[in-house]
Amino acid sequence: MSSIISLSGIHKYYGDYHALRGIDLEIKQGEFFSLLGPSGCGKTTLLRVIAGFEDVSEGVLLLDGANMARVPANKRPTNMVFQSYAIFPHLTVGQNVAFGLRKKGLSKADMAAAADEALTMVGLAGYGSRAAHALSGGQRQRVALARALVLKPKVLLLDEPLSALDKKMREQMQSELRRLQRQVGITFILVTHDQEEALIMSDRIAVMFEGEIAQMASPQELYRRPATRRVGEFIGVMNFLEAKQTGTTEKAVSFDVEGLGNAEISVDQLPEGARATADVVGLRPEALSILFEGQNPTGRVADATVQDLAYYGDMTYYEVTLEGSSTPVTISMKNLISRPVLERGTKTRVQWDERSLVIFAA
Amino acid sequence: MLLLLAVPLATIFAFSFWTQDFLNIDHTFTLKNYQEAFSDPIYRAIMLRSVTIAGAVTVVTVVLAFPIAYFVSFHVRPERKAFWVFLITIPFWTSYLLRAFLWKVILGFNGVLNSGLLWLGLIDEPLTFILYNSNAVVITLAHAFAPFTILPIYVALEKIDRSLLEASQDLGEGTVRTFFRVTLPLAMPGVIAATLIVFIPTIGDYVTPRLVGGPDGLMIANMIQTQFLKLNNAPMGAALSVLAMTAVTLISLVFLFANRRFLK
Ligand SMILES: Nc1ncnc2c1ncn2[C@@H]1O[C@H](COP(=O)(O)OP(=O)(O)OP(=O)(O)O)[C@@H](O)[C@H]1O
Ligand SMILES: [Mg+2]
Repeated sequence: MSSIISLSGIHKYYGDYHALRGIDLEIKQGEFFSLLGPSGCGKTTLLRVIAGFEDVSEGVLLLDGANMARVPANKRPTNMVFQSYAIFPHLTVGQNVAFGLRKKGLSKADMAAAADEALTMVGLAGYGSRAAHALSGGQRQRVALARALVLKPKVLLLDEPLSALDKKMREQMQSELRRLQRQVGITFILVTHDQEEALIMSDRIAVMFEGEIAQMASPQELYRRPATRRVGEFIGVMNFLEAKQTGTTEKAVSFDVEGLGNAEISVDQLPEGARATADVVGLRPEALSILFEGQNPTGRVADATVQDLAYYGDMTYYEVTLEGSSTPVTISMKNLISRPVLERGTKTRVQWDERSLVIFAA
Repeated sequence: MLLLLAVPLATIFAFSFWTQDFLNIDHTFTLKNYQEAFSDPIYRAIMLRSVTIAGAVTVVTVVLAFPIAYFVSFHVRPERKAFWVFLITIPFWTSYLLRAFLWKVILGFNGVLNSGLLWLGLIDEPLTFILYNSNAVVITLAHAFAPFTILPIYVALEKIDRSLLEASQDLGEGTVRTFFRVTLPLAMPGVIAATLIVFIPTIGDYVTPRLVGGPDGLMIANMIQTQFLKLNNAPMGAALSVLAMTAVTLISLVFLFANRRFLK
């Protein structure tokens, strides 16, 4: 398997501050890879290390097999879309896009043609002669993208490129970025603190906390099997219920789960090292469902009381407490014509499935 | 306020079309003063010298100021920048006149520079080309105006978004190319402001040429003063003033126009 980027044991210190604490990472050619994490966890730092704007204190960075230790930013086969877009205000849109082409030794006409092509690709055909300082946020973003893509880098680095856009624009750009990435086949590394954005766009995601990668997996894997409680909490909504391990067999481990009772969990559902330490299990809001009047259960059932609800139109989020437990549990239900929206205080039954319980490693 | 400016200007303008008739002013309209200003080699030479000296002072100050401003903006740690700006303004504390005198002391025949060089044995007799000529005027004026030029250039450099420089690097340009393709064009408004700040007052400066210029270093303002007070030829002085102002305005307009291009 060809890795376009390979990081091993990367450490970065700012003075005494340990910003990156041993990053190991392999990214495949053509992947859409996201770095996801809360503010200050070191995402930008890692991206800048790859781009060559920060020296590493320790560790090895290979780009397409070549060691980047002494290669300055302007000699690396990467290009960056900056968070502020960094559009040159004294140049036109076309000049901005053609900025990096000087080195390629193209004729004036070829340069203009390449810039036009890149602008067309990002939906800005005919904007070449416009003054760059008069563009809207979304347009700047596209110019920044065109300016980087026109150089056909091996890796495109994007630092929260969508965070400055409004919601509509952001959603539109998310699908456009995805389409562009498939079209050009360039490896994208996207930094974001928006878990939804990461899930929607990426082939693979690395979740970072405090300068370390907590988990690296596909969006589905990350959502369904978060490795730690913290990852589970960070990605989407997750309920946590206390659990006590009660027995172990060849094929399964049994737990006594708060409010749900005994649960047998198959061993291949367990992450490594989970057995001895698990004292809590996770459950996604959609892993539980309310049993409405006249519905027959298809899984395990528990009694519950509706404490609160949030109505979203297509969905209702119920906050319930399970019989024998005081932990609030969030359940998401699709709203159907045939279903009532339950009121606060309603006693009801909920249905769940052992296969959707999440056990964490350590 | 405007009147305070307009009345003297109008007076000068009017005077420039009159002539001095021994002790009286002849109020008939004439272009004689202007014809004389353009045909008399003395006036032409002094006008040319004024523009040359002012131009030289401008070039020297801006060329010296740019690296200093660049250094403070890009290589001084943010928390120490205020201190550096403070250092730059120190020369403002002493009066301009005092500084001109100071240079006279430094550059004079028995001045600090000559004594020093003699004492070191680097020269056998005092250098004479450094005082009472155009060079002395350029040095003194350049020193006087340097702080004024550092600040606008510094401000323009400070305003440059640093991620633009990183973007240029990211797009393949090294430090030198980045400077010429990004930093310098974006600093241009500051450079042009600095140019005007030096050029306009120096072309009309009168103190420095008087103190250190000698007969060869006199400028248009000195000639205007001579016309008004010594030669008692106010109309001629007025005509020269109008010409000087026109020259300044024209040159300023050229720069302002250039500025508009960079200020987009
Ligand atoms: N030049 C620097 N000098 C000192 N500390 C720095 C520097 N750059 C970053 N840091 C610190 O390193 C940590 C990681 O910063 P980084 O910018 O990588 O975070 P981030 O994950 O991108 O956060 P955000 O989502 O807010 O952009 C932060 O605590 C920050 O204060
Ligand atoms: Mg960041």
